[in-house]
Amino acid sequence: MATQAEHSSTNRRDFLFVATGAVGAVGAAAVVWPLINQLNPDASTLALASIEFDVGAIPEGQSVTITWRGLPVFVRHRTGAEIEEAKAVPLSELKDPETDEARTKEGHEEWLIMIANCTHLGCIPVGESGDFDGWFCPCHGSHYDSAGRIRRGPAPKNLVVPPYEFVSDTLVQIG
Amino acid sequence: MIGAKTMFKTKIIIAAFAALAGFAGLPAMAAEDSHATPHIERQGWSFAGIFGTYDVHQLQRGFQVFREVCSSCHSANLISFRNLSEEGGPDFSEAQVKALAAEYEVEDATAEGGRRPGVAADRWPAPFANDQEARDANGGSLPPDFSVLAKARGVTDPFPNWVFNYFTGYQEGGADYIHALLNGYHEEAPEGFELAEGKYYNDYFPGKAIGMAPPLAEGSVTYEPGEDGVAVPETLEQYSSDVAAFMMWMAEPHLVSRKQTGFVVLLFLVLFAGLMYGTKRKLWAGIEH
Amino acid sequence: MSEHSSYTPGNAVEKWLDDRLPVVRFAKEHLMDFPTPKNLNYWWTFGAILVMCLGVQIVTGVILAMHYTPNVGLAFDSVEHIRRDVNGGRIIQAVHAVGASMFFVALYIHMFRGLFYGSYKAPREIIWILGVLIFILTVATAFMGYILPWGQMSFWGATVISNIFSAIPVVGENIKQLVLGGFAVGNPTLNRFFSLHYLLPFVIAAIVGLHIWALHVPGNNNPIGVEVKESRDTVPFHPYYTMKDLFAMVVFMIPFAWFVFFAPDILGHPDNYIMANSQVTPAHIVPEWYLLPFYTILRAIDFNVLFIDSKLGGVIAMGGALVMLLIVPWLDTSKVRSGSFRPLFKWFYWLFVINFVALTYLGAQPAEAPYTHLAKLCTAYYFLYFLVILPVLSRIETPKPLPTSISESVLGKAHA
Repeated sequence: MATQAEHSSTNRRDFLFVATGAVGAVGAAAVVWPLINQLNPDASTLALASIEFDVGAIPEGQSVTITWRGLPVFVRHRTGAEIEEAKAVPLSELKDPETDEARTKEGHEEWLIMIANCTHLGCIPVGESGDFDGWFCPCHGSHYDSAGRIRRGPAPKNLVVPPYEFVSDTLVQIG
Repeated sequence: MIGAKTMFKTKIIIAAFAALAGFAGLPAMAAEDSHATPHIERQGWSFAGIFGTYDVHQLQRGFQVFREVCSSCHSANLISFRNLSEEGGPDFSEAQVKALAAEYEVEDATAEGGRRPGVAADRWPAPFANDQEARDANGGSLPPDFSVLAKARGVTDPFPNWVFNYFTGYQEGGADYIHALLNGYHEEAPEGFELAEGKYYNDYFPGKAIGMAPPLAEGSVTYEPGEDGVAVPETLEQYSSDVAAFMMWMAEPHLVSRKQTGFVVLLFLVLFAGLMYGTKRKLWAGIEH
Repeated sequence: MSEHSSYTPGNAVEKWLDDRLPVVRFAKEHLMDFPTPKNLNYWWTFGAILVMCLGVQIVTGVILAMHYTPNVGLAFDSVEHIRRDVNGGRIIQAVHAVGASMFFVALYIHMFRGLFYGSYKAPREIIWILGVLIFILTVATAFMGYILPWGQMSFWGATVISNIFSAIPVVGENIKQLVLGGFAVGNPTLNRFFSLHYLLPFVIAAIVGLHIWALHVPGNNNPIGVEVKESRDTVPFHPYYTMKDLFAMVVFMIPFAWFVFFAPDILGHPDNYIMANSQVTPAHIVPEWYLLPFYTILRAIDFNVLFIDSKLGGVIAMGGALVMLLIVPWLDTSKVRSGSFRPLFKWFYWLFVINFVALTYLGAQPAEAPYTHLAKLCTAYYFLYFLVILPVLSRIETPKPLPTSISESVLGKAHA
């Protein structure tokens, strides 16, 4: 009898200790999470994560650089010749094979929208230059073509196309 | 022998009561404050107390009053359009906010001509470029910014009422003051009060002479009927309550989620304290102490 | 007490570490097996609660500093940015602001516990002195922290307190300019206060380390004030006091959370929601409640004493009220530690507690009669208590008989 009572009291004690420890662990986790989450982008930053931009004012053959999420973004109104040139390149010649169609929106092929940081080490390439009628990065000599695809030089990837869509004929929502 | 522990506790309680009793008498002894403001009534705010939440319809009406009346002189520099659609606020849709923002022009050094239509992320545009311009347009008085004004005003409760506030969580003195101020105008200053040119007599404004003309009157804002089709009274009383509530929301936009989290936290702490107490007792059970 | 080490390395790795950096040994001896009087009551848990408070302030403070901007043009808005836009910012900011008040609640209880049970007496004088230093540094840290939101109370509090320096004869004005980095409170002041507000908590943490080190030489005092005589007077710190302290911390968190979630602004002042303006003084300047007792003493001296003018007199009184605490171990020479066995002391002690609460209350009242008279009275008792009552009581009082040991005392209680 005595041993049994002792045994059950030990069990109850163990259960209490485990329960207290478990609840304490839950509490600690609930405290730690907000302390980490505060590092995430705040509401004012997130409010600018998606922007609208009217491309209508950019004449053919011209580019503008806008800012999106703190990054420079090229918006280029391409000429017919540039589009032709980009489409004519066989995929086998490309270091990072991607068709021109995949880098533009259907019905809006004249608009090329790309994050303006060289995929090598992040410099901003110079427009309308290089050996492929596109961009040339002066930092380490990467050449991009008229669809922003890497053709020669140390950069491994094409210039990155951000997520975007046309909400009307000329109004683009980026992000 | 009575344990030192028990003795200590009893003494503390006696001391606390003695101290409280002592203070209760003090204000009575204090000289009557001649420039005191009249008593400010507490309103039945939906957001007061620990269970309080904002009334969405009241916030929307308050926003309407702010937009149509107050915002022509008062800025709200810390408020962004997007706040109006954020959780716990007046609950406008994102599309409504986008359309609203587009009605305003904001300054943007990178835009052509330095100005562009507003977007949801923009701050509420100020009516004046700077404080001096605001003063010049308002007879020398500076209309204060609304962003945190409801928390920057308060009502000093006499002892022991302010002690009770610690237990009820009543922090709505600022809204009470704003409501009282809007209802506190007199057409004429009382006999013997020298009212300066361009000033108005208000019971609740410190010094009584306020630079703001009575901003609201019966019917000055047209309300849409409420959801149930019942017309909301277009009275000064209603306007001032609504705008005070809206100002409280501007000052404390996360009030609702703060209190909700609070309930979870307190519930957890009480449960955990109970478990800890059990653990501690079990552990100490075999020890004389 | 710890001459017989309780630690034996269990395996080769532990032995290897122990020969080079005996951290495990240190933790075992000082955090787990440390012999602690078994009769400590709940007033003794406030030491651990204070460690928690310091930790909470440092963690939330480091986080707030990630989002705060110490510039007169941006500081106010950046604090509002934290409250409005940063994820969980409203709560983190409230924990830090309410945490300052809770810190002082615990700090005052801890100090008054020491004063009642004579915890400052030999051989624990250095523990007490380090504690007073921690208190003074915490006051300084809290004061500088209150400047950072750059509201009206921040600005005018800083202005009023920095004028204290100008009371010093001859060099006062120069010292004030040195402290402010200008002729008035401004951007240089805000920046240096931010820097020091960030630095001082770590200095405090280091002194807390010394405070506990000094405590672990003679071990804890206890409610009967009779030293530990044998091992059955004590229990190991872990798990007995770790659990008791943790329980007390959780209970302490309940009012803490109440204020954070349901009344985060009630301990502050509405005027601090108005951005600092050097052209307009708020009608009624009040420091934070935890500084009020000393603010009352500062204001109470409104008369000249010989060649000392009232301003300097107030500053001397306020500084004296703090510095005097350092010599308390030598003012109270009674051989009996615990107030429980001192029939006369008890009355004066509790009057002192009430007096201290009254000083707090008076600091928030306008400087007019009858408050000014009461302030003088209470200030006088504050000084009389330490400088006259404690030394005299030590000579004339006949203490009650002491139990011979802790074990006898707790057994007597159990059978009563």
